Amino acid sequence: MSDTPPSGAGRTSRSSAREPHDVIVVGAGHNGLITACYLARAGLRVLVLERNPYIGGAAVSRELYNGFTYSNCSYVCSLLRTEIIRDLNLPAHGLQIIPYEGGCTLMRDGGYFALYDNHDALRREIARHSRKDAEAYDRFVRDMLRHCMFIKPLLLRAPPEPTTLTPHGIRELISFGRHFYRLGEERMAETMRFWTMSCADLLDEYFESEIIKAHLAGSSIIGTALGPRSPGTAYVLLHHYMGSIDGTVGAWGFARGGMGAITQALSAELRALGGQIRSEAPVQRILTRHGRAVGVQLASGEELRARTVVSNLDVRRTFLESMAPGDLPDEFLTQVRNFKIRGSSGKLNIALDGLPSFPAIPPGAPCIRGDMHVTDTIEMLERAYDDWKEGRWSRQPYVDMLIPTQIDPTMAPPGKHYMSVFVQYCPYQLAEGPWTEERRARFGSTVIDAIAQHSPNFKDLILHAEIRTPWELEKEVGLTEGNIFQGELTFDQLLFNRPIPGYAQYRSPIHGLYMCGSSTHPGGGVMGAPGFNAANAILGDLRR
Amino acid sequence: MLTEREPYYRQPLLRTPFHARMREFSQVDCFIPWSGYSTVDVFTTMEQEYFAIRNAASLYDLTPMVKYRIAGPDATRYLDRLMTRHIAKLPVGRVAYGIWCDDSGKLIDDGTVFRFGESEYRLCTAEHQLDWLLDSRIGFDVRIEEVTAEVAALALQGPCSCWVLRTLGLNGIETLAPFESRAFTLGAMTLLVSRTGFTGDLGYELWVEPQHAESLWDRLMEAGRTRTIRPIGSRALNIARLEAGFLQPNVDFVSSGRTLRNGTARSPLELALGWLVDFRKGHFTGRRALLQESQAQPLRRLAGLDVAGNKPAQNALLYADRHGRREIGSVTSAAWSPTCKRNIALAMLAAPYFETGREVWAEIYLNRELVWERRMVRARVVERPFFAPQRRRRTPAADF
Repeated sequence: MSDTPPSGAGRTSRSSAREPHDVIVVGAGHNGLITACYLARAGLRVLVLERNPYIGGAAVSRELYNGFTYSNCSYVCSLLRTEIIRDLNLPAHGLQIIPYEGGCTLMRDGGYFALYDNHDALRREIARHSRKDAEAYDRFVRDMLRHCMFIKPLLLRAPPEPTTLTPHGIRELISFGRHFYRLGEERMAETMRFWTMSCADLLDEYFESEIIKAHLAGSSIIGTALGPRSPGTAYVLLHHYMGSIDGTVGAWGFARGGMGAITQALSAELRALGGQIRSEAPVQRILTRHGRAVGVQLASGEELRARTVVSNLDVRRTFLESMAPGDLPDEFLTQVRNFKIRGSSGKLNIALDGLPSFPAIPPGAPCIRGDMHVTDTIEMLERAYDDWKEGRWSRQPYVDMLIPTQIDPTMAPPGKHYMSVFVQYCPYQLAEGPWTEERRARFGSTVIDAIAQHSPNFKDLILHAEIRTPWELEKEVGLTEGNIFQGELTFDQLLFNRPIPGYAQYRSPIHGLYMCGSSTHPGGGVMGAPGFNAANAILGDLRR
Repeated sequence: MLTEREPYYRQPLLRTPFHARMREFSQVDCFIPWSGYSTVDVFTTMEQEYFAIRNAASLYDLTPMVKYRIAGPDATRYLDRLMTRHIAKLPVGRVAYGIWCDDSGKLIDDGTVFRFGESEYRLCTAEHQLDWLLDSRIGFDVRIEEVTAEVAALALQGPCSCWVLRTLGLNGIETLAPFESRAFTLGAMTLLVSRTGFTGDLGYELWVEPQHAESLWDRLMEAGRTRTIRPIGSRALNIARLEAGFLQPNVDFVSSGRTLRNGTARSPLELALGWLVDFRKGHFTGRRALLQESQAQPLRRLAGLDVAGNKPAQNALLYADRHGRREIGSVTSAAWSPTCKRNIALAMLAAPYFETGREVWAEIYLNRELVWERRMVRARVVERPFFAPQRRRRTPAADF
């Protein structure tokens, strides 16, 4: 299947009049499409290649069961930068992000803890568990917002290169240094502590109630092969906190029509800008000559030429699987091999015949319209991680489950519901042997049982379930080991170390070959910032 | 606590027939006065109510909207004299948005006219103005009476609104065209439905006798349950109306019936409502002044702005240059648009700055924890409406 653009808005590049494309982007994920849009906007002729018959990468909506639309991979939205949404006219192409009102954790003793966006409701809810924590929560939020304020200006720009000697690089380094220096001594120390500490330690500094800590700790381990007691997880918590919807920092929402609405809007904008997308066009090899990117070779053998090639694939897939090893320096390859990109998550997408009942939740409480969980202590979360370390899926998994159809009318028939269940932890490689259909089904049952413990009619309502282990996420989406962030978000792999020291600015050892996926700064979570920054780096090199 | 039977000097605000239901749904006790009635500003949170309008279905109590019955052999001629639009051309069963001016061509108010029969109309307005309507009657055989309390009204707006009405049992509702009205029988009640609204989205306004008000509310809430219908307050509606580019009386203009100072009343041409003025239809109040104005160079005009950044340019003064040397107007309404993901505003701008594509600068004050910062922010004049989904016009209307 191929798409032809409605008009050739791109002007002919001065350097490559012979080739039909100035830029080839490998992979039509949201970052690839964002890079493509910005490049097309600058007048370059852009072609995006996607191996699947559908576009979107991990921001995709698909109908796998009659009348139900699933957000098959990523499932909620907060981090996508408003600047990008605005620049690329995504609302005009139908993108709408709808915030949800709260969330909850269902407890093993039949109780619950709920989080509400209404401050007064939230304070009274926390006070039900601990009056002290109700007050501490405000201090916790203040500190998280301070960390957000520090990191926000760093997102839509390439990280500074510590050893740079170029005038621009030195300016960036000075600007970063100033930004850090302005924190003052006390907050500088706080920031360093925060970026390296564990989420459990962080939460212990504020809260006494186990359930509140357990609820908040969830987002510190999502997509990460670490436990809540592992150093570095406090930052992962922040990573899930630093987005915003319509000015509300930390708010999460649904993309109307599923996460595919994001990539559909991006592709509409790209076509309007004259860019092209070819699906079912898997790239076999990125071609180089004399240390320069010259194009790509498709699995069909077809060769497509362009002087600039941008990879939306993760860093391992780009350099280890899509290039001839001889094309790259050995040390670089070693670093790529050492990049931590471990699979630790699974995903269930479930079509439901009705809204499941959750007897613990009082009728009418809006917390079931947000993220729901069943892990009620940090200990339980850490034990779930222990299972992963031993090569099996968590016997009592952490789930981040949402029923977007309580808000979004477009994803299921009236009265029916779609439930998205993100599962942590699930290993890429099982100790008991390779993933099989039978093991995948058992993994699904474990998750469904964990939910059913809190919802007596849940199992009876299931019409269809898509069960995805890291293995499916790798095979179907293309994420190495099924890692949702294209590489873990730990301090050793952030800022100028992401993905590889010396290559944190979207460039690679090959001239004209760039990276734009979540493997690069500032990482994953459907943020779009890597795609934006990569486009800037490319346009800077092309002096546009 | 004040009861329903309190004398007016202890409880000046009237209650609409939906008041008890709204009390039930109100979580934050945010009631505000509107045309002598108590109405809801926010039920739960403005954000959630806003998204009910743009994502699903929303219910808004419209009863305080001032309603006049205008009937009699000269009703059509009377309205054509009063209003700037050609009312004689409005077919029976249709609704028109219109405005009326004073003799100097300055806007008194805007509203909607329903044509129920050859010489039977309903005029819905924001402000009470029976005196003006009666004074304008001289020489016409027409009866004018206020019927505000005799009609309970609900606005059902949002992409699922048609689906909700179909589920309620209004057969054929999807064929109702924009600005068309039709009567439906629902059990014991007769329900007038018009495809009108203040949101710029797919939506309907429902008009019913007050004794059926609560039953209508309950049936709508039940019919819309699986489509997360929710009652909304004025604050959420205000964002939607701004996205739709609609004017709010006494916010975007002051009725000439209220202005004290010279030069503060606005003509329809200045408010970019020239399309509502029909000079060919014969005489109407304000015609001479408007004709004169239309032949001269415009001095100022209301325009839409796309303001950089995300801080609403509420009340901002506007300048031609970044340094604020030349003042050229001010913002009348401003908000962050959650659907357009843009910082939008309506502004009155001096010529020639109201032209689409012009760049102007807005002076915005930011409260940074009581440390105030002044920002000069770039803004661009853009076409209105800011948000215009296709579903708003599509007939038959879609399910979502």
